[in-house]
Amino acid sequence: MDFEYTQEEQAFRQEVRDFLDKNLPPWEQRGPGFMAEWLKKVRGKCWVGFSWPKEVGGGGGNIMEQVILKEEMARRRAPALGTCFMGLAWVGPGIIKYGTEEQKQRFIPEILDSKYQWCTGYSEPNVGSDLASLQCKAVRDGDSYVINGTKIWTSLAPFADWISMLVRTDNSSESKHEGITSLLVKLDSPGIDIQPIENMAGASIFAQIFFDNVRVPVENRLGEEGKGWEVTISSLANERSSIGEVTAMYEKLENLKELIKKARKNGKPARKDVGVRRRIAEFESRIEAMRLNGLRYLTKQIKGEPLSSETSVNKLHRALLEIDMTDFAVDILGQAGLQLSGQEEAVDHGRWATAALSWPDVVIGGGTPNIQKNIVAERILGLPKD
Amino acid sequence: MNFGFTQEQDLLRDQVRRFLDDNCAMPEVRKIMKQPSGVSADLWQQMADLGLLGLIIPAEFGGVGLFWEDLIVVLEETGRSLFPSPFISTTLAASTLVELGNAAQKKKWLPEIASGNTIAACAILDEHDCPQLDNITLAISSERTLTGDKSFVPDAGIADLFLVAFRDGDELALALIARDEPGVDTSTTATMDESKRTGTLKLDNVSIDASNLLQCDGKAMTRLLDKGSVAVTAEMIGAAETVLEMTTQYAKDRIQFGHPIGKYQGVKHRLAEIYLDIESFKSLLYYAAWTIDQSPDELSRSASIAKAYASDAFVAIGIEGVQLHGAIGFTAEYDVQLFLKRSKWARPMFGDSDYHYERIAALGGL
Repeated sequence: MDFEYTQEEQAFRQEVRDFLDKNLPPWEQRGPGFMAEWLKKVRGKCWVGFSWPKEVGGGGGNIMEQVILKEEMARRRAPALGTCFMGLAWVGPGIIKYGTEEQKQRFIPEILDSKYQWCTGYSEPNVGSDLASLQCKAVRDGDSYVINGTKIWTSLAPFADWISMLVRTDNSSESKHEGITSLLVKLDSPGIDIQPIENMAGASIFAQIFFDNVRVPVENRLGEEGKGWEVTISSLANERSSIGEVTAMYEKLENLKELIKKARKNGKPARKDVGVRRRIAEFESRIEAMRLNGLRYLTKQIKGEPLSSETSVNKLHRALLEIDMTDFAVDILGQAGLQLSGQEEAVDHGRWATAALSWPDVVIGGGTPNIQKNIVAERILGLPKD
Repeated sequence: MNFGFTQEQDLLRDQVRRFLDDNCAMPEVRKIMKQPSGVSADLWQQMADLGLLGLIIPAEFGGVGLFWEDLIVVLEETGRSLFPSPFISTTLAASTLVELGNAAQKKKWLPEIASGNTIAACAILDEHDCPQLDNITLAISSERTLTGDKSFVPDAGIADLFLVAFRDGDELALALIARDEPGVDTSTTATMDESKRTGTLKLDNVSIDASNLLQCDGKAMTRLLDKGSVAVTAEMIGAAETVLEMTTQYAKDRIQFGHPIGKYQGVKHRLAEIYLDIESFKSLLYYAAWTIDQSPDELSRSASIAKAYASDAFVAIGIEGVQLHGAIGFTAEYDVQLFLKRSKWARPMFGDSDYHYERIAALGGL
């Protein structure tokens, strides 16, 4: 075991720190032009798409450098390195792996430049965890596909310019995984209707999208016709060791501790309450377990051993922590914990209440906890499939 | 960055696993358990011959000179097979002697421990088993003698040498007391986990002088207790993994309602949760073991996090292992119940989760 960083790694960390010292002013000093300026600067450093190959304009960063960059950014609560969130997370890696040369040249620079917002169209009204049974249909007609059907729970759809979506182009195959095709569709195409859906926190971040004879040029197909499942699985498996998330979780824990120091429980200071202290210590221990699990998985990656489904372990930790920590904060605050963001007198501007209503975003998206448990039980423990 | 084991450590694991599989499979464990001493002299000698009893003892004193990150590999394996022996007690005592003993003490005792001739045990706490320093109450008299009982001393009945904690005025102190010194007696207490032994060390006017005093203070005492937590947690991992293996196999084999019960989410999700917990306290333990030798300032926090997490998780795993087996798991003949008993033994050892979570909260600024 060895937790030291090499000289090169230390130098890179210093480079990131120096950059942040110079270019990341404190929150209250950030003017209206800050974000555009920030995006330009990190793009100039080639830190957007940092893990992507240099040929496509990415940073070509190795695994340790990616970890260091994420850690330092999270530690300083830096804004995102790009605002094309889905493009950077899923769509870009898919295009790099399966796209034509033309698609790469057309889409990748725009993703890196935060030019457009992408969303990903997987779920349908009756298709959630069982994604491969999707029914939104596309029929080939000359140089186009014609899409009919609907997608739902599509995050960022109300703000997006493009959607990377899965459609069924062939119903004849026995396997439901066959006959699925991946298409890149411009959201202002005729026949598209986006209906935002309000979530329980009062935000409209996801939407249902209706497709009525929407024509998409064949050159916007990603990968081969009928092989869209492979494209999706590979991008969903675009796993990370969750190091950046852990740094963010430690931040949340610190915020929670600050809250505890101000709060009261049973008429006494909450920080002296045995139950409160134990809960906080449990959260800390679970976050530390996430951190160290992440380092063990990272070590496997560095050694070139393929990561299998172990990363479901940290996804489960993260999901349960998000739920438990936000709920605990609201509980500690009592009635005052019920005031949502936007109210003047709300504690911490209502951040905790809003957080306690927003966890499904990370907990449900990308596979519910029950699905993660299925993955662990079936792929790691070898138990029979449902 | 390398948070994994070396090839040598993997080989060590293979060697110990083979040794225990060949020589101390479950029927043998049950046989040793039933003996009054609770240990097999023959296997203990073989442990010494393999270098395991001197693993962390420096080569100049007859040991192998390795570290705690190597030792936990062995402890995971002894836990995995419920190997009944005073290995934790003896190794913890040896590790303390290495750090706190003077040249003469080390020269006298360490080779004896490494060769298997001396079994050692630590008698630290009084009254109850909460590992707080103010729970060390035994005080030395003005004539420099110790009189009193140390209860819940692991392996008291078979130890040849004791590390005994006491108060000398306001200071904490630690003495080496051999069983054959005048005024030393022990009694053994029967507990539900017959693969582990505990007992009372009775001291009656036992003289203490410079020759048997170790260089100990509060910080060193805390470190001893933290290392104890790490050692016990390492055995908990091995034992928990056996429960998971046994129960997963059972869930694949047992057919009900026309399918293996492991097909049902009520069963498979519990097994997935057990996997998650074992993976997690494993990571926590490995890091804590590393801090013992490489980053001592982090030891208290990392040991407490590992032991707190493991204490709750392993007890739940022990219960779940029995419950998922149904009635067969409840029988004396079936091995899974022995692991449930082990989990009850391990929970309070060097502090339960309430103790360690409280400590984590305090260390974390609350």
